[in-house]
Amino acid sequence: MSAGIKVRDDDLFRYALRLGDLSLVVGQRLGEWVGHSPALEEDLGLANMALDLIGQARLLLGYAGEIEGRGRDEDQLAFLREHGEYLNPTLAEQPNGDFALTIVRQVLIDAFQLELYERLTASTDERLAAIAAKAVKETRYHLRYSGGWLVRLGDGTLESRARTSSALERLWSFTAELFAEDEVDRAMADRGIAPRLADVQKAWNARIDALLAEATLERPPDRPFQWFGKQGAHSEHLGYMLTEMQYMQRTYPGARW
Amino acid sequence: MNAFALFDQAAAVAEPAAMVATVAAVAVADARIASAWAALRDVEDPEIPTVSVVDLGVIRFVTAQSDGSLEVGLSPTYTGCPATEVIQALVERALAGADVGGFRVVRVLAPAWSSDWITPEGRRKLVEYGIVPPDHSSSSLRDLRPGSRPVACPRCHSTHTETVSEFGSTPCKALLRCRECLEPFEYFKCI
Repeated sequence: MSAGIKVRDDDLFRYALRLGDLSLVVGQRLGEWVGHSPALEEDLGLANMALDLIGQARLLLGYAGEIEGRGRDEDQLAFLREHGEYLNPTLAEQPNGDFALTIVRQVLIDAFQLELYERLTASTDERLAAIAAKAVKETRYHLRYSGGWLVRLGDGTLESRARTSSALERLWSFTAELFAEDEVDRAMADRGIAPRLADVQKAWNARIDALLAEATLERPPDRPFQWFGKQGAHSEHLGYMLTEMQYMQRTYPGARW
Repeated sequence: MNAFALFDQAAAVAEPAAMVATVAAVAVADARIASAWAALRDVEDPEIPTVSVVDLGVIRFVTAQSDGSLEVGLSPTYTGCPATEVIQALVERALAGADVGGFRVVRVLAPAWSSDWITPEGRRKLVEYGIVPPDHSSSSLRDLRPGSRPVACPRCHSTHTETVSEFGSTPCKALLRCRECLEPFEYFKCI
């Protein structure tokens, strides 16, 4: 993270950014499907999920801005931070690929957000608890959509199955980062603000295993890859995504609708 | 504590003249709260025009503040619903036109809005409009699966229906089709 200025509660600030950036980045990715989906219904589905995710990001980044206390609002945090200041896990920024890859990425993230938000509703931080209680309902619905597609694609035709398996292979190594606890996660858990990532992982594993079994897909083996997106070190893809997303504010600073 | 208990307390501590003033102020505030609710019942949801924001359950409360102004609590249905800003503007315009004095609209996050809050009147209006109202919300794992509960067609009432899309024309609706009369219809998502 390049911002060198210490804020009042740096751990909480970073934690709120992580949650918000995850929603924002995957929401932006889903938005890229608009007009390109395999069917009108999927266009609607992906766009609606993008809308929910960006709505969640707005609440979370708005809160992060308040914690930081330097007068930045959710728009400034979204449109004026460099890629090294984005704290989403690396999985979220992976390009859409084909529909199977997008669905696999979504299942992995939806299941993570669901298990996380369910536990965050009991957070000692009232604001995060309220946002989580709101977001968990939407996330449940997202997993219903993405999980339903995972089963149909995995247990579908030879073609859909092959594409889904290869997407799973390709994205699997990014999932370890979701549960890799660092000092921010530890501080949040110690203060009762966030759940222990090990608990989230256990629940996530059970959910993902059940979905994979139903989709007749094999769980890829865990590999010793490490990613550090949530500490600001991203894959090359995030920069390109932000260039497009931030274009208007960078070109016409302060422009409003 | 109910209103009568409050009056009793006020009577016990207040001078007669002050008590009359308090009672009068409460009556005035009550009248303004009532006219605020009346005005809000005329504010239509921009995306489902037959249903008012009160029917939809997005107006959480109208209360009188100590400075005499009213506070109106508004819950968005979905975090990213683009209608939220429009609804807030419509609510503010309706209140400004209703002579309720000073007021402030605040966003309420917790408890999170639920489709269970749609009033019986709202559900009736949804049916009239051709939208199937939501089932009762649940976090049961079974309900996470598509098609776990049959939804009846609003036209021919057959339960032989299928989900075309989990998402519809607005964040709050899904798209279904009746396999008896073959007509498509919308279902209000249940959250």
